[in-house]
Amino acid sequence: MKPTDIAAPDYFHKVVDCQWACPAHTPVPEYIRLIAAGRYSDAYMLNWVSNVFPGILGRTCDRPCEPACRRARVEDETADGQSRREPVAICRLKRVAADYKQDIRGRLPTPAAQKNGRRVACIGAGPASLTVARDLAPLGYEVVIYDGDARAGGMMRTQIPKFRLPEEVIDEETGYVLGLGVDFRGGQYVHSLRDLLAEGYDAVFVGCGAPRGQDLDIPGRQQAAKHIHLGIDWLANVAFGHTTSIGKRVIVLGGGNTAMDCCRSARRLGGEDVKVIVRSGFEQMKASPWEKEDAMHEGIPILNNLVPKAFTHNGGRLTGVTFSKVRSVYDDKGRRSLLPTGEPDAHFPCDVVLVAVGQENAFPWIERDIGIEFDKWGLPKLDAATMQSTLPNVFFGGDAAFGPKNIIWAVAHGHDAAVSIDRLLNGEDIAARPDPMTTLISQKMGIHAWRYDNAISDDRRLRVPLRDTSAALKNIRIEVELGFDPQLAFKEAQRCLNCDVQTVFAPKLCIECDACMDICPMDCISFTCNGEEEELRPRLRAPALNASQALYVSETLKTGRVMIKDEDVCLHCGLCAERCPTGAWDMQKFLLQMTHAGPACRSASVPADQQPTA
Amino acid sequence: MTYIAKPKLHHPSLTKNRVGFTRRDYEGKISTLCAGCGHDSISAAIIQACWELDIEPHRVAKLSGIGCSSKTPDYFLGNSHGFNTVHGRMPSVLTGAYLANRELIYLGVSGDGDSASIGLGQFAHVMRRGVNMTYIVENNGVYGLTKGQFSATADKGSKSKRGQVNNDAPIDLVTLALVMGATFVGRGFSGDKTQLVPLIKSALAHQGAAVIDVLSPCLAFNNHTGSTKSYDYVREHNEAVNRLDFWPPREEITADYGEGEVTDVRQHDGSVVRLRKLHADYDPTDRIRAMSYIQEHAARGEVVTGLLYVDVDSRDLHRQLGTVEQPLNTLGAGQLCPGTTALQKINASLR
Repeated sequence: MKPTDIAAPDYFHKVVDCQWACPAHTPVPEYIRLIAAGRYSDAYMLNWVSNVFPGILGRTCDRPCEPACRRARVEDETADGQSRREPVAICRLKRVAADYKQDIRGRLPTPAAQKNGRRVACIGAGPASLTVARDLAPLGYEVVIYDGDARAGGMMRTQIPKFRLPEEVIDEETGYVLGLGVDFRGGQYVHSLRDLLAEGYDAVFVGCGAPRGQDLDIPGRQQAAKHIHLGIDWLANVAFGHTTSIGKRVIVLGGGNTAMDCCRSARRLGGEDVKVIVRSGFEQMKASPWEKEDAMHEGIPILNNLVPKAFTHNGGRLTGVTFSKVRSVYDDKGRRSLLPTGEPDAHFPCDVVLVAVGQENAFPWIERDIGIEFDKWGLPKLDAATMQSTLPNVFFGGDAAFGPKNIIWAVAHGHDAAVSIDRLLNGEDIAARPDPMTTLISQKMGIHAWRYDNAISDDRRLRVPLRDTSAALKNIRIEVELGFDPQLAFKEAQRCLNCDVQTVFAPKLCIECDACMDICPMDCISFTCNGEEEELRPRLRAPALNASQALYVSETLKTGRVMIKDEDVCLHCGLCAERCPTGAWDMQKFLLQMTHAGPACRSASVPADQQPTA
Repeated sequence: MTYIAKPKLHHPSLTKNRVGFTRRDYEGKISTLCAGCGHDSISAAIIQACWELDIEPHRVAKLSGIGCSSKTPDYFLGNSHGFNTVHGRMPSVLTGAYLANRELIYLGVSGDGDSASIGLGQFAHVMRRGVNMTYIVENNGVYGLTKGQFSATADKGSKSKRGQVNNDAPIDLVTLALVMGATFVGRGFSGDKTQLVPLIKSALAHQGAAVIDVLSPCLAFNNHTGSTKSYDYVREHNEAVNRLDFWPPREEITADYGEGEVTDVRQHDGSVVRLRKLHADYDPTDRIRAMSYIQEHAARGEVVTGLLYVDVDSRDLHRQLGTVEQPLNTLGAGQLCPGTTALQKINASLR
């Protein structure tokens, strides 16, 4: 293998599994250390720069970082005899930063003193549009956000129940963005993109979400229509207070996070017998595992492998739903098909059905002859890196871009689109993307003293305290999760392995004394003769079988061997560096921050007169 | 020294041996020696060897004297019996323990000061008596704990860190062990575990006095140009006479070799040491020729390593003395102290 190029920003970035997995590439270990140090405001601001909505995401994020977390690959029964392997509670630590921060308003950017004369329209006031606005408004762009609702937030406000995400948090964090000199036009639904473009905007960003719930067209749907609701519409009505009660027996159809929000909301509005009934098996459900857990914790059963066949009704009144029983079968390509088991159909009586079987994009307000092309699924044709549509000054992001995803993806799209818009309106090629900003700084303070806590905690993942269920079910606006207190947060933060503190190897200093190899608790380090990767991986000191994790290969050493470190299960404990007599190993903090819109994202060749004055 | 405890977490593929332990179970406390010390590598080799031999930790007694090397038993086999003796007196304490309980596996760990200076007499006698033990000398040529004076194994003409030249003749513990009748003699290098681990395994399986002289560079005081015990010097002058593979008694020999010089040595316990010859004319069963070979190469500044001598017909101390088979702690008071009548009988037989 060739020596590893650690100067390439991606190499160490990939080692920080959580940050690599985060669509917005939030520097997770850095903010977790700040939380452990009690520097909540600093942790909040670091988050705010990356993901704009730390308080909201700290409660609702889909947490792609957590399945990626190295901690889940290294825990085992040695600590307490249990074989649990769980990631750091990254998401809920983020909430701690939001809960315990001081007033950070003085640390936010201020509205631009001077506008730069460029006008950008954002359609929809959800996370994607708000991110575009956050990035562009302080630079002097005149950003106008349109939304059919009177208040900003989009699906964060209309679809996520208040017992998961209190209104104040949405108001606070959307307020920070709108306070940057953004022109928010609530209650102004955009009916025609052609008309909007005619107003002379320099760029338009479409962040209108995936606003249409999929229906279930099976017998009885029309006859019992009064008692069958589309999940996201029903949730919006609940959020706005239009719907305040529901029948006693409720069936929620669907296995995603919307279904979980529906059933838990129904429990709070008078539903006594609430069930979730899903086509797939339990494991295959789209809902996040923790959301399923939360629903079951509130006494809501989840029934699987049942395909709805018909709504039963009597004189316009819904009486129940009939299901056929199926089992999941996978072909050799991993595609699933549901085969009938041959058992008799099951009938479940109910008063109301909430249909949460999926969401669709809908762009009835985009004329098909203005240059924006759509694919066969009705999604806009986009460049995935720039978010640009086939009409060069129109960009998409969030659920409107590639179908329903989640908030953190919407934020990432917003950042990307803002970079594209900034470069486009500065006359630059938007296909050229800015490199992230990285620093790599030694953490050495003394012979065995580091700037980070290198001792490894044996603690297991801590549970977030919950409000008592009977109290929680009484009021739909009472938040269920109480959040970590500072003591719990410290303990949980100490579980973080500090994967951003990198093991940096200097081959010229190495005397091949084996000290690092002998001390490494995870047997990550080998000194061996070089070879091809496939041949090397199994013959290292411990086999490096996780091919998604890199091998760090040094230049050839004095004895003709190379140092190979398997990054997979490194604890970043720094013992290799502590036991190294020559300083060939050093622990260096790799901080990567994405380059957002602004002068830093533009090429050096920008004419001086086009650069905004500071 | 390192302040944090070594994390308990381990690699997911870490396996258990036949007696149900992982390699990590054979570790001890975290080392307090200087970073990069060769002794730590030897500790790691002992851990590896004991794990591979499926030794139950409580069947091992590790004894040492005084010095950097003699601290190391704290850093391996944390669940074994240990005894830190007076300076240079490890062999006599070990001999006593061995006479009382022959069922334990005896591992003596010592250094060049502990064995070649204050304990030289003890070293000689434990070899000639044939105590069934593995005697590991962690040999760095300096007194590290007292800041780097030459030890008795420092080569004549080698330079100290401050530039002084050593004028005294060195004691070669390997040659001394051969002279004194050791039945297993090897030399290794802390920087070469592929050689050292099978050497330790073979020595632990050997029934008799086994000694391994392990060159172990002292990073703080003896790893400079002019030293003959530095990583660079040993790597440049290392003349390995053979490579070892070791199979315990119950295991089938599986490795394949091409045509070439291979010698199998079957030891008393049934274990097999397979030697791949690197020096065609070297015969590790000839004590006299081994001595002259080592001396010839030493005169050229070369360090001969590998399994240098093995006597498969070794006899240990218990066989010479005809002592009781069982450990003394399993005998009853009546057997241990048979009373006046028995004593009179013995006295009468000697009149």
